[in-house]
Amino acid sequence: MTKIGRRDFVNYLLGFGGISAIAAIFYPIGRYLVPPPIREAEPTTLKVGSIDEFPANSSKIVRFGRKPVILIRDSGENIHALTATCTHLDCIVQFSEDRQQIICACHNGVYDLTGKNVSGPPPKPLTEFAVKVIDKEIVISQMKA
Amino acid sequence: MSNFFDSRVARWLDDRLDLSPIKNLVEHKKVPIHHHTVWYYMGGVTLFLFLVQVFSGILLLMYYRPGENSAYESMQFITSKVHFGWLIRNIHAWGANIMVLFAFIHMFSVFFTKAFKRPRELTWATGFILLVLAMGFGFSGYLLPWNELAFFATKVGTDIAGVVPIIGEKLKIVLRGGDDVTGATLSRFFGIHVAILPALTTVLLGLHLLFVQRQGMSEPEFFEELPEAKKHYIPFFPDFVLRDALLWLVVLIIILSLAVFFPWELGLKADPLASAPMGIRPEWYFMFMFQSLKFLPPHILFFEGETLGVLFFAVAGIFWMLIPFVKLQNGSINESKFFTYFGLATLAFMLGMTILGYLV
Repeated sequence: MTKIGRRDFVNYLLGFGGISAIAAIFYPIGRYLVPPPIREAEPTTLKVGSIDEFPANSSKIVRFGRKPVILIRDSGENIHALTATCTHLDCIVQFSEDRQQIICACHNGVYDLTGKNVSGPPPKPLTEFAVKVIDKEIVISQMKA
Repeated sequence: MSNFFDSRVARWLDDRLDLSPIKNLVEHKKVPIHHHTVWYYMGGVTLFLFLVQVFSGILLLMYYRPGENSAYESMQFITSKVHFGWLIRNIHAWGANIMVLFAFIHMFSVFFTKAFKRPRELTWATGFILLVLAMGFGFSGYLLPWNELAFFATKVGTDIAGVVPIIGEKLKIVLRGGDDVTGATLSRFFGIHVAILPALTTVLLGLHLLFVQRQGMSEPEFFEELPEAKKHYIPFFPDFVLRDALLWLVVLIIILSLAVFFPWELGLKADPLASAPMGIRPEWYFMFMFQSLKFLPPHILFFEGETLGVLFFAVAGIFWMLIPFVKLQNGSINESKFFTYFGLATLAFMLGMTILGYLV
């Protein structure tokens, strides 16, 4: 068995202490840098205004919890509600009146009015929300999976 | 360290950058050993505390949001929600106070060991400006949590700037970003605290450290007069540096303990329409000036008492900075003794006024 000398022992002790000290400094810093989750109530339904103030061939973007949602009334009087963030790189999409499509200006992504990705880079469709009109009030809610 | 200079990396760098000045410093810098050696550590500790402030300050910046309606709330968020946020904030608050304390100790120890004399006049002057900047950091940082105490301390502090003759009123408005202490003041102080002062400090600290390295450790008169055989030195690398590092560790542990066991209260949010709370006072390192101003009568000859007081401190500060250039002509006075008594009187005045400030 090799004997550990006094000097070696002190060196091990110093090394161990040094590593512990570094860990004790960097662990809190690491934890500190990770932001704590901010809890926000996830709404299930949202009133977005009167149908009379929402003419055909128009769109608007509303906040649903923390997510932006695009609300579109097409030429055929149907109302669509879809997540407004492009599935490609997170840009906010817009309604193109003449094409009757949803387009993303960042990289020319194109979706149809049901949210299906039809051309350009988007890999996935936009998520659809359920739309109801109750007493002339438009109400959107998350679709059940 | 000497092994490093034989390494391939060092040779590669040496070919391109000529490391000989650094090598020279590492191999030849030495520290005199005598009964005042302990004071040589004070500058290093102040430097270390400055680094602690820089790092903890950068961490606070990750969550702090300046603004009348966000500063206090973000501080609450840091201290109550962010992991170890309370620790970082308290390290920054305690570190600031201890840094100023060590800067003062460093300054007075340099003064009493007469290390400011030729050829170190510029080291002294840059050091003094660094202390003023550190106090500026303290003053501007104090407002940032936007709590009641800070709000009123800033009102008083900036109001004092207003009594400076001719430019006072303008200076006050520039400092406050308006007539009163508002969110605009907070924006300004934030800019001063995180951009202007750090930039100035970096330049001056660079010069200060460069001067120190160029000139080496100052040797007190009694040490210089010793015969060569009786002068003892230790190498700067690694002996002194290791001892320095140990002291840094001790200081860090002290700050951590203070942060854990004596946390700074955030207090109430600043309310411009609320009355000033009782016991409002500046940070301890401004106390001697604050207290002296309180003792002055409203009028001295044709001047307002406060104006004269502020002018006195400004002139005294400049005189203190230029003290290495003071030459006593009269041969009957022992210059060294004169400086000692002058320093003692200054220190006694500052300590006396500070204690009175807390008692009265």
